[in-house]
Amino acid sequence: MAEATDRPGLTPSQTVGPFLHLALDVPGDRVAVEPGSDGSIVVRGRVTDGNGDPVPDGLVETWQIDGRFARCATDARGEWVVHTAKPPAAPTRDGTLQAPHLCVSVFARGLLDRVVTRCYFDDEADANDVDPALAAIVEDRRHTLVAGGSAVDGYRFDIRLQGDDETVFFDI
Amino acid sequence: MSDDDVRRAAIASDERDSFAPAPAGTHAPLDSPEYRSTALRHPAHAPVRLDPAKADATELAGPVFGDDAVTEADADLTRAAHGEAVGQRVIVTGRLLDSGGRPIPSSLVEVWQANASGRYAHQRDQWPGTLDPNFAGAGRALTDDEGRYRFVTIRPGAYPWGNHHNAWRPAHIHFSVFGRSFTQRLVTQMYFPDDPLFFQDPILNSIPDEAARRRLVARYDHDVTEPEWALGYQFDVVVRGPGATPLEDRAHG
Repeated sequence: MAEATDRPGLTPSQTVGPFLHLALDVPGDRVAVEPGSDGSIVVRGRVTDGNGDPVPDGLVETWQIDGRFARCATDARGEWVVHTAKPPAAPTRDGTLQAPHLCVSVFARGLLDRVVTRCYFDDEADANDVDPALAAIVEDRRHTLVAGGSAVDGYRFDIRLQGDDETVFFDI
Repeated sequence: MSDDDVRRAAIASDERDSFAPAPAGTHAPLDSPEYRSTALRHPAHAPVRLDPAKADATELAGPVFGDDAVTEADADLTRAAHGEAVGQRVIVTGRLLDSGGRPIPSSLVEVWQANASGRYAHQRDQWPGTLDPNFAGAGRALTDDEGRYRFVTIRPGAYPWGNHHNAWRPAHIHFSVFGRSFTQRLVTQMYFPDDPLFFQDPILNSIPDEAARRRLVARYDHDVTEPEWALGYQFDVVVRGPGATPLEDRAHG
């Protein structure tokens, strides 16, 4: 392990801007698990702004406890899609079991820092009912973190940055 | 305390660091009216802060990128199939560090930028700056054992945008870094010293703390400059952290 030097100041975040596709829109990055392979799922959704209009210059990244990572730039309709597998139930740092979920970052022009949320799955109702993070959220907003659908038909996780039914974001 | 106790205490402290809020003024408020695009895109609700003990182990993990994801040529933006990019050749190098000052090795750094005329090779950039067929404007590199990355590129031009009357973005290079964990993920922009356009740029100036703003400005380094070749700049990127030991290499499954 390298020696620690003086503690340097953190680098501030800046927006990805409208031209993020030049470096961050790598088509292969949408696929963490090959579609059709054992256990694969598809998760898709739409990113919208405070008017309900699509965000066509955003980037959605999904990270999960088993090390899988995927990302997808939004298209003209604000739509994104990733192919992955449903992660196992991840513990909290103190060992409490959580419901299976994806950690989700959203970047966009107009977002000076990423916003962070979680994608839970509607068909894990029993696990969701005892999840400590969902329990920390007022009941009428919890559904914004739960993707509808199924492993067969695919899951849908829409992200509303602002306005009616705004998605819950976390300060991590 | 035994050595093991000391080590465990250090790790516990590091994990707290991973979730410690950034010092006030480091990051811009998401609602920054001077940057008009924030108006409809900033969440109106405050983000939910979880009890750190209940924080997610997932957030201490992150993807690991193998050497095969990146080639040496990916770090040179100046060479295209048919010739060399036009403009002032520059070397941009620096270290990826955690907030304890420790280097983060084998981590992916991605960059993108406008060409020397200030034009992005992107279909949505339609201002009458000149396109350069030999400049695509994107690169990637893995940090070495000391956390260092190095790009050879062209100094980007400023470009106009519609935010306010006579608005021009100062020359900048976009940076995307992963670090070791979800909590360390960062996208930012690097600027060049003494740019006269800083005063009117709402994106740079959205950062409240002046010292933090200055950290986005690269430092000219004559020791990095290469004779008869290119001007050198240093730009370190410092992320929160550190996270836990990376998970095995399944980043791209």
